[in-house]
Amino acid sequence: MLRKIFIALAIIVGTAQPLLADNAKVDPKADFKAFREYFLNKFPNLKPNDFVNGPYSMDVGLRKQWLAIEEFPPYQFAIDRGKTLMNKKFKNGKSLADCFPNKGVGIRQNYPYFDKKQGKVVTLELAVNQCLEKNGEKPFKYTKAKMAAVFAYMSDTSRGKPMNIKVPNDPGALAAYKKGEEYFYTRRGQFNFACASCHVQLPGKHLRTEVLAPALGIMNAMPIYRSKWGGLGTVSRRLTSCNKQVRAAPLKPQDELYRDVEYYLSYMGNGLPISGPSSRP
Amino acid sequence: MSTIRVRAVSSGDTTVVQSLIQHPMDSGFVKNKKTGKLIPPHHIEVLEFVHGGKTVFTALWGPAVSKNPYVKFAFKGAKKGDEIKVSWVDNEGQSDTLTAKIG
Repeated sequence: MLRKIFIALAIIVGTAQPLLADNAKVDPKADFKAFREYFLNKFPNLKPNDFVNGPYSMDVGLRKQWLAIEEFPPYQFAIDRGKTLMNKKFKNGKSLADCFPNKGVGIRQNYPYFDKKQGKVVTLELAVNQCLEKNGEKPFKYTKAKMAAVFAYMSDTSRGKPMNIKVPNDPGALAAYKKGEEYFYTRRGQFNFACASCHVQLPGKHLRTEVLAPALGIMNAMPIYRSKWGGLGTVSRRLTSCNKQVRAAPLKPQDELYRDVEYYLSYMGNGLPISGPSSRP
Repeated sequence: MSTIRVRAVSSGDTTVVQSLIQHPMDSGFVKNKKTGKLIPPHHIEVLEFVHGGKTVFTALWGPAVSKNPYVKFAFKGAKKGDEIKVSWVDNEGQSDTLTAKIG
């Protein structure tokens, strides 16, 4: 009996220790500082708040075109649609707005967050569908259309507010952060590219006709209207299409790893203003 | 919610009008990926801007114009506070109009 307990204990200690040791190495604050310094040193002439404008902060010609587009932006209809969807009554009389603090207005900067009860990262998109399911409604498709419209409305009402992502000192949160970071820096696909290959090493450089966006503040600009798509896309759409472009098999939208990488990148964009919805080439 | 967004700004003697219209503008040449059938043509045929009873801009559109089209033009002879009326008719007979104040 005693022996059994001892073995069980040994197993617990044995499995617990590497986990603790792993998390002990995770230091989001230090990562944040290094990440920010890297970008500020790489682009010394850029105002920090301008990073959220992605390729338009890096290319003069593109910027001119973008400013002209922003006078009459193509995502306007989506914002109105998002507002309607947000306040549309469900069969049970509630609405999406009832699931969010402050009726979903001006709170986009707090997503994604780590939910201790669920033990996972909850993104804005996941929160929307969780709300729909809880109220017996059919969930939205993650990548575009209704989901992107709701996202656009929530971003639009939060424009200019600083991104405010918290990584609490909780083993689950730290593990999710770490996984997201690892995913971001891991090479994959036929082209053997990591997310960081383009968005950390080569922002501002051309990939054929496109100017690569910096990873700093990349989540602050979501959702994005891409001329290439002819419509709005969510974070899920952006991540799956990024994977396809390096010829890697994309994960399912809102897969755990996608949520973790969104968590990591959003945290890196802390303090920078929300600029979504945005238009991109 | 109207399918038309318009902004007209007058400065000096010219008025710059910008407008965005929500419309699928299906060309009739694209197939539905799931069914393999052609999506029938559905596009705006006539777009008109009227100021003070006079048509200041007409566009005759066809299948080559993109989804949710955007138009920008300038004309002379309007003052701040005047009204400008925008209207479109598509090949299925659907239409929409909107009247906006020149700012």
